[in-house]
Amino acid sequence: MREQLQELFKYRELLYTIAYRDIRVRYKQSVMGFLWALLMPILIVLSGIVVRYGYAIAAHEPLKAADIASVAVKSLPWAFLVSSIRFSSLSLISNKELVTKIYFPKEIFPIASMLASFFDLVVASGALIVFLLLLHLTWSPYLAWAPVLLLTLVLLVTGIGMIVAAASLYLRDVKFIVEVGLTFGIFFTPVFYEVGMFGDKKKWLLLNPISPILDGFSACIARHQSPDLGWFAYSLSCAILFLVGGYIFFKHLEPGFAESI
Amino acid sequence: MSDTAIIMEHVYKKFRKGEIYNSLRDLVPALTGKMFRQQELNESDKREFWALQDLSFEVKAGECFGVIGHNGAGKSTALKILSRIMKPTKGRMTVNGRLSALIEVSAGFHQDLTGRENIFLNGTILGMTKREIQSKLDQIIAFSGIEDFIDTPVKRYSSGMFARLGFSVAAHVDPDVLIVDEVLSVGDSAFQQKCIERMREVLRGGAAVLFVSHNLKVVAEFCDRCLLLEKGRTVKLGKPQEVISAYLQKPSKRQAADVNSGPISISSVRVRDTAGECMRFQPGQKAWIDVELIATARCSKVSITLYMLDEKFTHVFDTSTERLGHETADLEPGDVYSCTFELQLNLAEGTFYPAVVLYRYDIQTVYDRWEPAATIYVSSVGGVRGIAHCFPQICRQEIRRASEVLPVRS
Repeated sequence: MREQLQELFKYRELLYTIAYRDIRVRYKQSVMGFLWALLMPILIVLSGIVVRYGYAIAAHEPLKAADIASVAVKSLPWAFLVSSIRFSSLSLISNKELVTKIYFPKEIFPIASMLASFFDLVVASGALIVFLLLLHLTWSPYLAWAPVLLLTLVLLVTGIGMIVAAASLYLRDVKFIVEVGLTFGIFFTPVFYEVGMFGDKKKWLLLNPISPILDGFSACIARHQSPDLGWFAYSLSCAILFLVGGYIFFKHLEPGFAESI
Repeated sequence: MSDTAIIMEHVYKKFRKGEIYNSLRDLVPALTGKMFRQQELNESDKREFWALQDLSFEVKAGECFGVIGHNGAGKSTALKILSRIMKPTKGRMTVNGRLSALIEVSAGFHQDLTGRENIFLNGTILGMTKREIQSKLDQIIAFSGIEDFIDTPVKRYSSGMFARLGFSVAAHVDPDVLIVDEVLSVGDSAFQQKCIERMREVLRGGAAVLFVSHNLKVVAEFCDRCLLLEKGRTVKLGKPQEVISAYLQKPSKRQAADVNSGPISISSVRVRDTAGECMRFQPGQKAWIDVELIATARCSKVSITLYMLDEKFTHVFDTSTERLGHETADLEPGDVYSCTFELQLNLAEGTFYPAVVLYRYDIQTVYDRWEPAATIYVSSVGGVRGIAHCFPQICRQEIRRASEVLPVRS
């Protein structure tokens, strides 16, 4: 495995080039350009506001700015996760020519897909900061948690990305399963709602390793609190497990890619 | 660096024929079914076949090594193993130094990026660093000859420009081992010339070249050593001339592996003169070539192309049923289509190889190719050299002596 990682490091320029290509192509083809990076998060934030407004009416309470901020703060990482896993799952199939013709470590494709989606996240974060300032949200020292949470999410998403990329090369229907999973995943993940709403039952919700990360974002940015350390440790271990397991899984299947695609 | 560039040691490669479960929907029932029916596992073993068996060779630095063989002999599999795209089932393969392949030179191109962006993309894919590409950028652009369009997205390029750009990038990688596969059969003659030039340069630079081609002429001209593969096994390894003649030895008996699995295949090609099957002809003599083909599936608008190669495998002559004004054939499964070409062999002394291609012109599809399908010898009494016999005769001869021409000055 050490040799494989050294090889990946050797090919890092190719990784950047492919990621750059993915970004270039995405922004070049669309009329909207950079707005494209904002469209998905804006749609998620808007639907989140609608849902929260519904909760507020049902609870006979006014809709608070902090609630909107919480939804917005969690929507962006969720949009990143969805686009990253989606592009990763297609990354090997759509680069068939390169997979069958030229040798290089193929994990470059799912990782590059993740990097390209991360670029979208950076663009959207700029807009988010403006939005949060408009909501008069102040900053707190807990903001330092955000990069840590983001890194955990990146590790988790990269791991899942490698698994779905390799699996969808061998099994053609995996990409549809991934798509369905990503569509309905939002109901099992606290994006629109808060885990706190579930009272004692919230631990079942937090078993989804993405949940503590998203809740952590909401805590450190919108609620000015520290994320729940125990659950964060759980997510981090899941992320590392997925990353290492995903990498081993991917490398195990890689020799057969060219003949199976 | 060691002087051995490539070492192949007892390399085997196994493929599985037949059904492969490529979706969960098929895989899950198949797996549960397998648990109850153990005997099916044994049947699946029979569907395996060896694409390569016990392949061993070494290529030294500065050497040009040729690989020839009929379709399905395992050449492409050998290349894929060499370029590390596929892993051998058994055996070991070592390549010393940077390997570069002139195979699909524009494989890494992205349609929406400009020529310049694609140079960087393809260059890194082929193993160059950014700095290396930057330093060679002007050279690459100049070599491709499309300076004016370098900032245009490549989707607007003509196919020729596309290939030229791809080739210029690939040609500027400095490899220790260069693999060339069939690039000489695509592109125009100028492009082929560039490929050959590039191979020469690489060889002069002390790198090893592994060359796979059906173009026996180039193989004979270039390679120091040559390998003949047949059904994944090494048949002959040695001097190109000897290996090529082994390849051509029994051209009229078709290898089972060579018969393609397409909808139609050529079943026999026979050459005869007025008396019957024949191999020796005189210049200007008439020859009849019978071609027979069998359809295994429905196939329409099939035409038969007949062409002739000389000893150096230069294309000498080429015709087809369609070009001769005959209707193309629509075939049903089981149909046998036979056709006889009459030729007047205006050929000079030498050995010639008739070859046959089944082709559908409108969708540009080759159904089957048999090259060479037969061998004919043309013997001549002399007086003529070259490929064609134009039946020269002297009709007039005159010498005007300078001494007999009178000066005009008075």
